[in-house]
Amino acid sequence: HVASSLPLPPERDHLRPRIDMIVFMIDIKSKYSFRNVEASLAYVDASFFLGKVCFLVTGVGRVNCCSIETNAICKLGATYCSPVLFCELELEGIRVATAQRLLRMLQICAGHIPGVSALSFVSLIRNSDDD
Amino acid sequence: MDETVAEYIRRTVLKIPRDEIKMMLQKWGFLSEAQLQTLNFHQIKDNISQEVVQLCEENSADIKQAAVLDIIYNHIYQNKRMWRVYQMKKSGEELEYFDLTDFKKKFKGRLRSALKNVTITFREYEDNAIWIRVAWGTPYKKPNQYKASYVVYHSQTPYVFISASVLKSNLPLLCQALIFASNYHDIREMELRSHSLNSLKDIVFKRYSQNFQTYYPKPLQEGNVEPESGDLRIVQENRSEKERIQRLNREAFADGPQPKLEFAQYRLETMFKSDPRLGVLEKKEPFRCLVKFSSPHLLESLKSLTAAGMADAPLSPLLTCIPQQARNYFKIREKKSLFPEGFVSP
Repeated sequence: HVASSLPLPPERDHLRPRIDMIVFMIDIKSKYSFRNVEASLAYVDASFFLGKVCFLVTGVGRVNCCSIETNAICKLGATYCSPVLFCELELEGIRVATAQRLLRMLQICAGHIPGVSALSFVSLIRNSDDD
Repeated sequence: MDETVAEYIRRTVLKIPRDEIKMMLQKWGFLSEAQLQTLNFHQIKDNISQEVVQLCEENSADIKQAAVLDIIYNHIYQNKRMWRVYQMKKSGEELEYFDLTDFKKKFKGRLRSALKNVTITFREYEDNAIWIRVAWGTPYKKPNQYKASYVVYHSQTPYVFISASVLKSNLPLLCQALIFASNYHDIREMELRSHSLNSLKDIVFKRYSQNFQTYYPKPLQEGNVEPESGDLRIVQENRSEKERIQRLNREAFADGPQPKLEFAQYRLETMFKSDPRLGVLEKKEPFRCLVKFSSPHLLESLKSLTAAGMADAPLSPLLTCIPQQARNYFKIREKKSLFPEGFVSP
């Protein structure tokens, strides 16, 4: 399901399946997208932040057009205890690799991987980040 | 043949991309087909131009013919120049029959009586466009062929498109000659400029696709939100919002391709509005500020702003009114209390 901001429109509530993972996409070229994500985070139930939220930063390939500082994004990730992925959608290889990563994370969040929970997976990532 | 003419022809040929030289010389028609056959178009341009000059020497070219070649070049590469639009006004309602010969005679006469040293060249094209090239001199100097002005006039319309040379002082004279020759009584510059001459024509002749108010009893089915690649697994949560944006966009811009403009400039002379407690700018003077939007294709990029999520829909009417008002340079003053709108002044 693709949405431009949260909260989701109530008229579609009855059509929506269970939400296993939320990926917030931030376009590093647009401050507006960052603010939009910050505002939308307020509408997410706290339980999602136990490994079911991920930040995806796009547009990192165009170095000259960056409008948001990486620090600000990493701080956001730390505040909400969620991983931050960086990618460039315009390059097919990276696009496919990122999609595969997200799919893997989704499988874990949905409980399809026995023995790995969303929370354990996220703490695994965070520990390696701190290194 | 005059040295200066030879040099001018040589430089004009050098401007032309190598693959186009033959075609342009053929259009020019000054060199015979036989002479053109003798030219080797596969060598470097320097040599080609030298050979062309030699052939012109054989035919005794003068500045008049050289000027025609220049007009042809500028007609094909019209988008390299910056064009301004002027509108002429008639005093009465009489629709006089337009006589081309009369126009040319009057135009030349008027210019020459004011300035002896001018080179004036005319060329007509199929779309009723009359191209005029004027090279300006002074009473003591011969005309500078490298800084000529170009005028495009569609005789059935009151519009003139001018790409003036750097010497702005000749502009009033040019305008005078134009209104005299075409039997108008006044001319004013519109606040409309662009490199794309055809787009300027599209705007003033209203040839671009416009959105007309029509009443649809049911919303149109054909305008789908996204040209879905058929992937039904992607669900758009904000479909109604996207449709609203698309509808507003369509109302503002219509469906067809937009005329090509490179800038929109807004000169603001408005009061600074802030929290009075901050005490900023206590002097009640208008704040002067210039806002300029530039883009390779301004209107198309404005059209895609809301769909791309970069601006809220509906877009400001200051941006969407550009083709309808036929202007891309605006002066914005404070709203006067007497008039609720109409704050955009000419």
